[in-house]
Amino acid sequence: MATDEQGIAQARHEASSDDTPPRGRGTRVRRQRVRAAWLFLAPMLIVLTAVAGWPLVRTFWFSLTDASLSSLDGAQFIGFDNYLVFDDGWYGILADPLWWQSVWNTLYFTLVSVSLEAVLGVIVALVLNAHFRGRTLVRAAMLIPWAIPTVVSAKIWAWMLNDQFGIINHLLLTIGLIDAPLSWTADASLSMWAVIMVDVWKATPFVALLVLAALQMLPNDCYEAAKVDGIHPAKVFFRVTLPLITPALLVAVIFRALDALRVFDVIYVLTSNAASTMTMSIYARQQLVEFQDVGYGSAASTLLFMIIALVTVIYLYLGRRQLGGEQ
Amino acid sequence: MSLRTLKAVLLKIGFWLLVAVLMVYAIFPFYYAVVTSLKPSSELFEVSYWVDSVDLSNYAAVLSQPTFVAAIRNSVIVALSVVAIALLLGLTAAWALGRVRFRGRTTVMMLVLGVSMFPQVAVLSGLFEVIRTLDLYNSPGGLILSYTIFTLPFTVWILTTFMRQLPDELEEAAIVDGASPWVTLTKVFMPLLWPAMATTGLLAFIAAWNEFLFALTFTLTDSQRTVPVAIALISGGSQYELPWGPIMAASVIVTVPLVVLVVIFQRRIVSGLTAGAVKG
Repeated sequence: MATDEQGIAQARHEASSDDTPPRGRGTRVRRQRVRAAWLFLAPMLIVLTAVAGWPLVRTFWFSLTDASLSSLDGAQFIGFDNYLVFDDGWYGILADPLWWQSVWNTLYFTLVSVSLEAVLGVIVALVLNAHFRGRTLVRAAMLIPWAIPTVVSAKIWAWMLNDQFGIINHLLLTIGLIDAPLSWTADASLSMWAVIMVDVWKATPFVALLVLAALQMLPNDCYEAAKVDGIHPAKVFFRVTLPLITPALLVAVIFRALDALRVFDVIYVLTSNAASTMTMSIYARQQLVEFQDVGYGSAASTLLFMIIALVTVIYLYLGRRQLGGEQ
Repeated sequence: MSLRTLKAVLLKIGFWLLVAVLMVYAIFPFYYAVVTSLKPSSELFEVSYWVDSVDLSNYAAVLSQPTFVAAIRNSVIVALSVVAIALLLGLTAAWALGRVRFRGRTTVMMLVLGVSMFPQVAVLSGLFEVIRTLDLYNSPGGLILSYTIFTLPFTVWILTTFMRQLPDELEEAAIVDGASPWVTLTKVFMPLLWPAMATTGLLAFIAAWNEFLFALTFTLTDSQRTVPVAIALISGGSQYELPWGPIMAASVIVTVPLVVLVVIFQRRIVSGLTAGAVKG
């Protein structure tokens, strides 16, 4: 969730970023200010190095060793054996079918849940953008799923999806949609959908709020013009509204996608380490903590990091090109 | 009734139906958790949609567990400390990034953005080593330190965005008076940045209160857990006998403060979430 908030502030920065200092007058004051700036940045940079930069380097190093949780210091360098090695057959992560299944699961989860969140988010935003009595109340209600801790929402849904006593099975049975209770979290063919259901419920408000902010900035006059010309509202939406909110929607989708690619809590609580919903984060943590194999787990972490870095670079590249094209 | 008014009425009904469906969808799971938590254990396995009777035994059961009370205490300590640290470091960094032009500023901004995209798992083993070296394993200190990885980046970004919007004249006057950057920051900018700080502080608090992966990995004993981990690890006799009543009571206890915060400060939170998004 953390990325959600700040990613968004980025756009504004890019528009005004300008590194070249003004030349000439007041150079002494300027030099003092630059020195003060670095001094003021130092604590943040030191902390981020300690919790992000250095650990990342160490994780990569561990991935090249046979480190285990009990003997981090006595780790031996073993090259890329954790990734792939031939020893009477291929071994290593890249030869592990479970790893590839978790890669596939992660991509499937990301694609399906983010698409659903985008569509639902736009619908919710359109509703919240309409003027009606009690709008503030509805907006506050929409924020509740977002604010509930992921672990708690996973537990609540686990209870609602309980195979014997869950309210969802009860409801579906009453309506007559199913004949027998479904075991949502245990059945391998259903559990991924259960996880997606919870994630969509929790993350849609975020997408909706970003889209709503964009909707509220739209110029009124083209809508009045469309109304005067008697153009069908659906056409107005697809021709006018949707293109105008696409940038905000894209930002929301990218940040949701980055979050979904590293999904951990909701799956850990709902289905634990089941293979049918195992994602890359679950796989890596299981190796690291439960199997105590720091070397192998770090290799999985590193691969996950590289996949997310790739997505980020593509996003930044596209974002920059898009900004450049507009100017 | 003409066709036109009929259509308008139908549209209106459809709209309110949609609003109702969305409301139920958003609220029902939490409502159902409240309903379940108020049931005596004997009625737990009969599905009901309303609160028939109020029975507080689940709450009593949860709050009489020393480990759960300790978890609440740990969560409060961790979340408040994370907010304080993120605001302090974020504010100084935001002054540098927002008010001073210097070589490398964009690079620093990009680095901060990059950190926020880190999957937490990617630093898990390295961070474990750091925390153990600093002797912070299995203590709130380890969590406070590690949570800066996701709270600092967005604090810095949002505060920088707000800091840039303040007029230059404010600072020029302070410089002419010979005020040091620290004095300028605390006496000139901070009073103006309270709204932004409240927003980022709230977001940081919620993020820290909800975090699970680090809390699960960097703590070992029940007395050091935070609430998300405590709730995830509540277990019964077997996998099939989870004590759902107490679990739901615990869920309600840890969620109510957040729901209250969100309802009171919804404008702030929305503005924080969307700061700058519109131009994106």
